[in-house]
Amino acid sequence: MTVHQPEPRGTPVPARLYPDSWERYSFKERLVHWLWLGGIAFAAAWSVSALDIEWAFFADAHEQAADLIARMWPPRWSYFPRIIQPLIETLHIATLGTMIAVLFALPVAFLAARNTTLNQGTWLIGRAMLVLSRSINTVIWGLLFVAIFGPGPVAGICAVAARSVGFIAKLVAEAIEEVDAGQIEAVEASGARTFQVYAVAILPQTLPVLIGTTIYRWDINVRESSVLGFVGAGGIGLLLYASINQFAWSQAIVILIAILGIVIISEALSAYVRSRIV
Amino acid sequence: MSAPASSYPSQWRAPSIFGSPGRRLAFWLALAAYLTWSLSTLNVDTARILAGLPRAWNILERMVPPDFSRWQLLLTGMVESVQIAIAATIVGAVFSIPIGIAAAANLSPRPLYLAARGLIVVGRTFHEVIIAIFFVKLFGFGPVAGLLTLAFSSAIFLGKMLAEDIENMKPGPVEAIRATGASFGQIFGYAVVPQVLVKTLGVLIYRLDSNLRHSTVIGIVGAGGIGQTLSASFSRYDFDFASAILLTIAAMVAFGEWFSDWARRRLR
Amino acid sequence: MSQGFHAATGGASPLLAVEGLTKVYPTGKRALGGIDVVIDRPQLVAVIGSSGAGKSTFIRCINRLVEPTAGRILLNGEDIVALDRKGLRAARRRIGMIFQEYNLVERLSVMQNVLSGRLGYVGLIASLRWRFPLEDIQAAFALLDRVGLDGYHNQRADALSGGQRQRVGIARALMQRPDLLLLDEPTASLDPKTSRQIMRLVRELVAERQTPAIINIHDVALARAYADRIIGLRDGIVVFDAEASALTEAALTEIYGAEDWAPAPSEDDDEPALIGMRP
Repeated sequence: MTVHQPEPRGTPVPARLYPDSWERYSFKERLVHWLWLGGIAFAAAWSVSALDIEWAFFADAHEQAADLIARMWPPRWSYFPRIIQPLIETLHIATLGTMIAVLFALPVAFLAARNTTLNQGTWLIGRAMLVLSRSINTVIWGLLFVAIFGPGPVAGICAVAARSVGFIAKLVAEAIEEVDAGQIEAVEASGARTFQVYAVAILPQTLPVLIGTTIYRWDINVRESSVLGFVGAGGIGLLLYASINQFAWSQAIVILIAILGIVIISEALSAYVRSRIV
Repeated sequence: MSAPASSYPSQWRAPSIFGSPGRRLAFWLALAAYLTWSLSTLNVDTARILAGLPRAWNILERMVPPDFSRWQLLLTGMVESVQIAIAATIVGAVFSIPIGIAAAANLSPRPLYLAARGLIVVGRTFHEVIIAIFFVKLFGFGPVAGLLTLAFSSAIFLGKMLAEDIENMKPGPVEAIRATGASFGQIFGYAVVPQVLVKTLGVLIYRLDSNLRHSTVIGIVGAGGIGQTLSASFSRYDFDFASAILLTIAAMVAFGEWFSDWARRRLR
Repeated sequence: MSQGFHAATGGASPLLAVEGLTKVYPTGKRALGGIDVVIDRPQLVAVIGSSGAGKSTFIRCINRLVEPTAGRILLNGEDIVALDRKGLRAARRRIGMIFQEYNLVERLSVMQNVLSGRLGYVGLIASLRWRFPLEDIQAAFALLDRVGLDGYHNQRADALSGGQRQRVGIARALMQRPDLLLLDEPTASLDPKTSRQIMRLVRELVAERQTPAIINIHDVALARAYADRIIGLRDGIVVFDAEASALTEAALTEIYGAEDWAPAPSEDDDEPALIGMRP
């Protein structure tokens, strides 16, 4: 093997032995790797086996999918005028829901931020509201509000608002906690009352976060509103659900294309407005 | 020293966030016009809302205290949701690798790149519930549809994030490894993977957490998990059981978020 | 082995022959306008020229990191431009490259970076499992020792200083046991002292391993001090090609345009005569 050792001529390098092995990982590192891999493999095996998957379904899935696509094409464009009103309703649900969410998010954010909350108790209440709002999906909120107000866009608006409050308030609360303490002290030192401090020292600094988060949430809400109809909470989802249940696939594809359109447009609009603000 | 007092402005107003009074007026007018328009087209039935308020109180009363007596049913649904989330994350991660490579402008040829980006745009647009209903139609009711739904949307999401990480990595090491005569697979393994691995693992953990959230909702269209149980309890006006389910979901989601934050901090 | 082909220089084909090398970028910019260069013995060839003269394009065309538009590049008589993908990979193994920003994979250890120089010789599966032949591992240890990084093999590359990283970059390129070394501004990100150490090391290695090296460099003083031969590029054309000692002020004007080339009288310039510093 010495053939491959570079042997500088002229400068005699003292003969020495180099380690004759090199391992990328030490034994302990490799053990940890194998344990991780084993753990993941076990989790995967447990998950998949317990779902008792009927593998036979997979056998003809591609035929079914081909059949589905064949039935969808061509789209029944004449159906399009019927869905304009529900599309507008979908956008209204997203927009009004977001507006209501902003109104509630501000006080919740002040409660949930450590430096503006009144005491430990109010902080816990604020945090609990955040967790509750955020951990329940918009569609599940939809189920709840349909039970209260009956089917229709009002339930949808409330569902969107209920989920968005936590989303907006969490990010605004984080922004409040990052507000420069020196500026708050300066305003407090002038003898201002607590609410004056909030209005003068904190709100202006968190406003860009509030506006940016709200617009971002709005475009998520457009996407969420497209399925609220599945639980009867208004919007285009109702027609999509009905079309699919009646196997009116050429109608369903028209609705899907329309949803694709409004979601992409609102995402682009939201990104554009946010880039202008920041 | 008699500075004329009249040289000071006689009044001062705080600068408005809108920039000028005209823009402020325009903002409020636009808001009022929008509210009028939207509320009129939605034909909100105020009578029904008012009727709803006492009903809300009634439902709330029936929700408290939550009924955990059917905990076995609850546990089964919950475990199924967790299983769907884990399996979907793993399956999605596997499929996200080719999608991510194909959607990275600096690694993939132009036509493949455009195809992969198109898939990502379309796949991201549709809500999980819409994707779920299609899988339910193809594979019947049950967790398989849920698994495939979340695997599909995870593959799209993880693929998009992977593609962005690959596009943002330093090009120098790739060039250097290429210059040694390495093959594409070696370039990927030696120059790309070390640069994107830690970020990708973070995104993967985040996705596991968000699959956990989504797995609670796709059951509503019959794709398995706790959502199916919840939906059934609502339709049977079983509000005390529903509230037990909701609390359990909230607890699990909060735990998932905490776990995801903790694990991602450990990665640094 | 690199020693083998010192003898081959007596044969028909020179070590490297570049003929009519032309590169036009898709934007229409003509970076190289027909370069002819022959290297027939192991020497350190410095390529100088102002920014945009085509130095970087030239060096990257030789191993086709940049695809040439026209011309031939003969390495030991084999035309690199005509090679298919597989042939190109085989040719790239024989050409070591060293970069301005070192281009180490920062999350990997020094040893891993050095071993990556052997990728062209190791199969995909073996390389992904970090299985390298024992001789490669020993050669890597020896090379790290030679470039002055003995004992650093388990350090992560991002923990090293600039000069140390460049030494790892040199070791990686030498791991390929190259027939030709390409150096793209190897000292541009280093301080003056480290730059000179790196240049001296490169010069020694060229002599030890009897391997020719082409080095892009914008520091004319360094080029004069360490290179055997200097090629001046201007607008993608060779305007100077001779022994380093033949680089006159007139030649510099030819390469860079009119400027006062006399050394500026300054007090902190404690190395006025760069000649004589050769190791």
